[in-house]
Amino acid sequence: MKKILYRILLYFMVAVILIWILAPYAWLVISSLSTKAELISVPLRWIPKKINLEGYKQILLGGKFATRAARDFKKGALNSLLVATFVTLICMGAGSLAAFSFSRFRSKLLNMTFLSILLSYMLPPISIAIPIYIILSRLHILDNIGSLVFVYCSFNLPIAVWFMKEFFDEIPVDLEEAAQIDGCSKLKTLWKIVMPLSTPGLASTAIFLFVVSWNEFFFALLYTTTLASKTLPVLVGEFSSKIAVDYVMMSTAGILAGIPPVIMAVVFQKYIVQGLTAGAVKG
Amino acid sequence: MRFIDKFSAYKSKRLFYYSLIIPVIIIILLVLIYPLVHSFYISFFNLTLYKAAEAKFVGLKNYIDIMKSASFWESMGRTAYFVLGTVIVEIILGLAIALVLNQKFIGRTVVRGLVLLPWALPGVVNGVMWKWIYNANYGALNALLSQLHIINSYQIWLKDPFVALNLIMAANIWKETPVAIMIILASLQTIPSELYEAADIDGANPFSKFRWVTLPLITPVVATTFIIKAIWAVKEFDLIYMITRGGPQEGTTIINFFIYLQSFKFLKFSYGSAIAYMVTILVIVLAVVFVRRTVMQSVRE
Repeated sequence: MKKILYRILLYFMVAVILIWILAPYAWLVISSLSTKAELISVPLRWIPKKINLEGYKQILLGGKFATRAARDFKKGALNSLLVATFVTLICMGAGSLAAFSFSRFRSKLLNMTFLSILLSYMLPPISIAIPIYIILSRLHILDNIGSLVFVYCSFNLPIAVWFMKEFFDEIPVDLEEAAQIDGCSKLKTLWKIVMPLSTPGLASTAIFLFVVSWNEFFFALLYTTTLASKTLPVLVGEFSSKIAVDYVMMSTAGILAGIPPVIMAVVFQKYIVQGLTAGAVKG
Repeated sequence: MRFIDKFSAYKSKRLFYYSLIIPVIIIILLVLIYPLVHSFYISFFNLTLYKAAEAKFVGLKNYIDIMKSASFWESMGRTAYFVLGTVIVEIILGLAIALVLNQKFIGRTVVRGLVLLPWALPGVVNGVMWKWIYNANYGALNALLSQLHIINSYQIWLKDPFVALNLIMAANIWKETPVAIMIILASLQTIPSELYEAADIDGANPFSKFRWVTLPLITPVVATTFIIKAIWAVKEFDLIYMITRGGPQEGTTIINFFIYLQSFKFLKFSYGSAIAYMVTILVIVLAVVFVRRTVMQSVRE
């Protein structure tokens, strides 16, 4: 009897948690599928009578009835994709190499370097935002995807190094030592033995970096001025203040902009959690 | 092996590992070290974007002006309230939810996946969503509360500075709690079940088990999470930019946004740099505490 009560309570709590997590997002989804008339009705109609796909059609398919902002959406998505992909590749590459050293070789110098890299992650972005703006504008490379990639390394690289070091720490050294006794060079052991074994760790870190880079707003806001480099978060931000009264379009843009990171996080949840907890739980 | 051979083997090993960190060092020098130093440098001038050519050395004037500025201290006060408020609630909620998610139930994997959704959503989308929910004329919050007969008429939620600050905190809590849930959940999962079984044999009830088994074992992780989240909370920008732009009447201008306004709206680069530096030092102090904890933990292991 007590067991049944406990189970009922448990499922009730799970339901409450699910509602808390999903309700705001569900409302945004519903808003994007409603008609404007239904959204501004008082009392509010929670579920639309008919599903309105106009917003999605405008943004995804374009066409002459689409607003300018809707057409820009695609370019913004491309910019976001390019920036996130390149930042992830660069930071994974440089970061994994360094993390390997921090994991396998102990010296005072490396220890200090590792700690300073961790520390640098804690800096508020604003502390470097002003000088970087000055540098970029003097070099005339504001509004440039490459500049954005460069700037994003500032907060992604420490994460990559931190996560990958934790993952490398988990891989026993014996395998590398055995290979080296058999005559394998250090570089080869890194490439042929350690890397394949650390695929889960690489996946975790890469997914985390991609999500964080896709969602980034602050630097993108400061350093992009035209569609040449504006990322999706910046566009969504502008979209929402420009068409302040078209709640349907605003919700649609928001949902679409969030689809890649949300899908990655929900589907690859296991990997993201591995990465997050590598630093915090295992110390 | 002769000492010379051992030593040169060591030296080539060291060379290999040191060379692997070179790419990272170069990137960090360019994108972090140089800007930090530059920022420090310009904080002693009176550089503004529109009068760039006339920037003069003014020594500690910026720092003194900041200390004398009432709006700076108000912003710091708001920031302290914001950070403590959100982080404490996130940790408590995170712990409660993690305890539930640690139990076995049907669909647990799916629920755990969905729990990350608020964090995965871009900050701007979060901002758009919450602004829409808090909307004075058509927002879901007004609709829900009035349909439940909790309020009589639609409220303009974001009109009052203090209410607006708390609403931003609520949005931030929704966004950031998933991280706390996940970290605490992972920590709960490292507790061996034998400990709970032993407690059961001793006739412990759920509360005792929590108090004497769970709590002591997860306290280090919770403390670390607290510090990380505090550092992240200071960085919060997207929500404030999208929902209130720092208003009304600076009610939601926490220190990060304050620096942004000084630097990029009023274009007072030197002044902004000086404030940024002060806040950075504060954050570094917090960060050193965090790094000490995690490093000491792994040394203990």
